[in-house]
Parts: sequence; structure tokens; C-alpha cells
Amino acid sequence: MTTLIVHLFNALLYASILFLIAGGLSLIYGVMRIVNLAHGNLYAFGAYVTAWTVGLVLGGVPNAVLYVLLPAGAVAAGALGAVLEPTLLRPLYKRAEEYQLLITFGLLLILEDLMRFLWGPYPLQASALFEGPGSLSIGDTIYPNYNLAVIVVGGIAAAALWAFVYRTKFGVILRATSQNMRMASALGVNVNRVYVQAFTLGCFMAGLGGAIVVPQQGAVLGMGVDALILAFVVVVIGGLGSLEGALLGALMVGVVREFGIAFFPEVELAVLYFMAAVVLLIRPAGLFGRT
Amino acid sequence: MSAVRVPPKRLLFYALPIVLLLFVLPYLVSPYEVTQLSYGLIFAIAALGFNLLLGYTGLLSFGHSAFFGVGAYAVAFMVKYLKLASMEAFIVGGVLTSAAVAALFGFLCVRYTRIFFSILTLALSQVLWSLAFKFFWVTGGTDGLRVPTPSLLGVQMAPGQDKMAFLAHRYYYYVLIIFLAGVGVMWVIVHSPFGKALQAIRDNETRAEFVGVQVWRYRWFAFLVSGVYTGLAGTLWVPLNGLTTPDILVWTFSGKIVFFTVLGGFQTFAGPIVGAVLYNYLETYAVGHTVYWQMVLGVVLVVLVLALPAGIAGTAARLFARARGSA
Repeated sequence: MTTLIVHLFNALLYASILFLIAGGLSLIYGVMRIVNLAHGNLYAFGAYVTAWTVGLVLGGVPNAVLYVLLPAGAVAAGALGAVLEPTLLRPLYKRAEEYQLLITFGLLLILEDLMRFLWGPYPLQASALFEGPGSLSIGDTIYPNYNLAVIVVGGIAAAALWAFVYRTKFGVILRATSQNMRMASALGVNVNRVYVQAFTLGCFMAGLGGAIVVPQQGAVLGMGVDALILAFVVVVIGGLGSLEGALLGALMVGVVREFGIAFFPEVELAVLYFMAAVVLLIRPAGLFGRT
Repeated sequence: MSAVRVPPKRLLFYALPIVLLLFVLPYLVSPYEVTQLSYGLIFAIAALGFNLLLGYTGLLSFGHSAFFGVGAYAVAFMVKYLKLASMEAFIVGGVLTSAAVAALFGFLCVRYTRIFFSILTLALSQVLWSLAFKFFWVTGGTDGLRVPTPSLLGVQMAPGQDKMAFLAHRYYYYVLIIFLAGVGVMWVIVHSPFGKALQAIRDNETRAEFVGVQVWRYRWFAFLVSGVYTGLAGTLWVPLNGLTTPDILVWTFSGKIVFFTVLGGFQTFAGPIVGAVLYNYLETYAVGHTVYWQMVLGVVLVVLVLALPAGIAGTAARLFARARGSA
């Protein structure tokens, strides 16, 4: 029973992180019709920036202050997104989507090495934040409080995003642009601005995912590419462009991954990709998607 | 979209000196350079197959690493379990296995187009990668499987002979002949009624269907041919590399194949060949000179997409046509 609870918490932990990454990926696709292959690198960028900022001030200030610095990665990833969209992506909207995939693939290669250049080939840690909150006793095992906090952050992020997209004026404009970009433009929406805002928001979410995962796992090279593939599985299951789908997909992948590692580790990854392939074959637009 | 069309006679006029140069090259340059060129020609076979889908059928696969990997692993399994050492057996095995996998994947994928096709091919290729990665007692995991230098047409490497010399001479010619045959067959395919039907599907699926082209079946067949070419490239690659690891199955390797093709230009027949050979030199050079070689490649790709979307061969062909037009 206790093990089951721990597994369930771990599944929710995976799902929270995955939702932050995949939700951003899906939001960007939903609004801009771009599959951002470099999205995982923005997640890694968030992780690196947070670990680096925390490392800079570590020891000099009380630990509580460090938690204030946690969102630094998210802000940095958002800012990077705000620079990348107008410079690299905007010239390509009128071209075939093959080119958009390619340019984000090029961006993936560049960002991967940029992080190697800035922070070196060794992993960065921010484990002080992980150890800070102590742990919780569940039956005869203990579970880190930090993980529970991540689950809460994931939940809050999902709720905030939902409120943002469905309950604010900006959300209305975002959805209008996503449904019909030309019509929205004709009605006076500044589409370029919506695009850069959506891209920034998506990158911010990915960066937040990286920022909250780094105290637990550290920041390593290659984490972005690995995360991207899982995020792909999530959005493919849930439906490209659908936030509800990203949430459901993240929960499904989180649960399958956690129990897969526990019970059938050899085929754990294959099962995930296989799940994605099956969903694509039955409903190519995903569970919540529209074609 | 129309590529510059060159009549075959003039084409032979340009191609013949290049082919001759390829044949005498081992006598002119160092074995190292020849081996590099072998890699380039092998990647060119993969890119040629890939471009049948992208350039001629209009389907962007992000999962061609699957076929390259299947071709390579088929050889490694034949060495490990069947104790074979003949290149001809490897080719038969590699082609049959990659054809089987391509037939299955193609059957599943060709019902979709655009981004869904790309993601589905990517997901399926990742299934194979994760199997190669996790089933280490079969596939060697990340250590990979070793493949010794095979016999070519029954001729084995002489005892004590330098492996590099063998690969740079006999194996190079072996690859070159297969490459030229592959180019010839692909030329026939894309200029056959079948190839024209593929281009019709690419340009307008609905109209193609109206004139009686069975879109689904044509796409599937193109996928099959494409997979077999890429699988053949994997088969040829593995004795040269001496080792196969899951790295060639991971989706970023598919990205490389896309890169070759776009670098050369996917709207021309020769583009993927030019792109693959050049890419191989570019990567070798970048890896040899900086740890940040990925950044170099990334910048090249971004600049290419923004400034030279027609690729090197495409742009050259256009400039050439303009020069002829004004002369």
C-alpha cells in the first residue's frame, strides 16, 4: 500500500513536469502551428539558469531566499523565447512547415552547445533546495516534501493556464488567433504580437518545468532532447494544440512511466512510444485534438 | 516548385567526369580521405532514398534513422548469431529486414500527411531505438555490437593486411559501385510513370486521385523504396564503422538525414547526394576543430533555411540556368 502511494506520488511528479513542458509545446503549436523541436532545450535552459543563479548566492543568504530565485530559469527561458520568435521563426510563417521543423532542429543543435559553452560539460546541482523542506513519513517510508511541492506547482500551473486561456481577454484573443489567424487579424488583432506572447508563454512554462526539476535531478547536457521526446508522446496522445489533452497525456505518461520503471523496465520507453503510435493511428489528431 | 530539368545526354556529359574522378581517387588521395568519401557516398544513398519521400512525394519523415539502424543491426545480428562474414549476405539480409520494417511502418504512416506523418514516423523510430537501448543482452545496449570487416565477393582481407587500406581501396570500390547502381535505379524510378505519379500526389493529392492514381498505395510503395535505400546505407555503413550503437536509431540521426537533403536541396535529383557528401566533410571538420561542433552545424542549418532554402545544388542549378538564359 505504502509503495503504491509512493509510486502514485512519483507518477504525479513526472506528470507535473511533463505537463509544464508539453503544455508549452502544445500552446505554441495551437496558436502558431509550429512544432518546436528546440522546446526541450528551453526546459534545459530553465534548469541551468536556476541552478546557476542558486549556485551564485548559495551559502551567502538564508535558504528561504533561494526559493525566491527558483523562477529565474522560467523568466530566462521566457526571455529567450521572446528573442527567438521574432528573429528566427517570424520569417518562416509563409513557408512550408518542413522549414519550420528544420529551423527549430537547427536551434536545438545551437542551444545544446550554447549550454555546454556557458556552463561546461559537468552537471549543475541545486540540491540545497531539495533537501531544505525535509521529508514526510508515509507508513514506513519517507517521501521528500520538495516532490510534493512540485506536484502542487504543476497543479497550480495547470489551473492558472486554464484560467488564463479561458477567463481573460488575452485568452480570448489567443484562442481566436488559434482558430482563424486571418479572421483574427481582420478583426484588428495584432497577430505578430499574439505570436510572440504565445511563444514566450510556452517557453516560460518549459523553463518553469526545468527550474522546479533542477533541485531534484540537477541540470545535465542532453536533458532537453530526452524531455522533448516524452513531451512529444504527451502531446501526441493528448492532441497537438490542446491544453486539456496535454494534461491528460501528461498524467497517462506519468503513470505508465512510473509503473513501467517499477514493473517492466525493459520495455518502459517502448511502451510509451507505442502508446503514442497507437493513439496516432486511431485518432491522428490525438484524444482532444482537432485536425 | 519545378526543378531545373537537364536532358540525360547533357547530364551524362557532366556526370561522367565526376564518376571517373571517383574511380581514380584512391590513387590520388590518402586512405583517410577515401574512407571519408565512402562515408559520404553511403550517407548519399540514405539521403537519395529519403528524398524520394520528401522531394518527390512531399512527405517529411523524421524517422528514417529506423531504417538505417535496422540495416546496420541486421548485419550485426548476422555476425553475432549466424556467424556470417560475407558482405553479399549482409546486403541481402539488410535489404530484406529494412524492407520488412519499411513495409510495416509505411503501412501505418502513409495514411497521414504533413506534421502527423512526421511525428508518427518519429514515434515509431523511437520504439526501435528504445528496444535497442534497453535489450542490452541482445543488442549490446549503448556499447553496441562489433562488426568485423567482411569478405567482399568471397575475397577476404589478407591476414596481416592493414584494415584501413582494405577499407580505403576494395571496400571503397564496392560502395562506389553500389552507390552508382543506386543512383541509376533512383533516376529510373523518379522518371518513370510511377515517379511522375508521386510528383502529382505531392503537387495536388486530390487531382492525382481524380486522374486515377491510387494515392495510398503509391505513397506506401515510395515509403518502401525509401526505407530500403536507407537500410542499404545502414548495411554498408556498419563494416566501415566497425560498430553499431543505438545512436544511429535515435531521432536526431533522422534529423541528420533531413539535414543532408536540405543542405543539397530537396527539389533536385542530385541535391541529396551533394548534401550528404558535403555534410559528412562538414561534420568531420567541425568535430575535429571544436567541441562546439553541434553549434556550427546548427548555425549552418539556420542560415541555410533562412537564406538558401533551395540548397546548394538547387541554388547552383538556378544560377546556372540564369547564366545560360542571359548568354
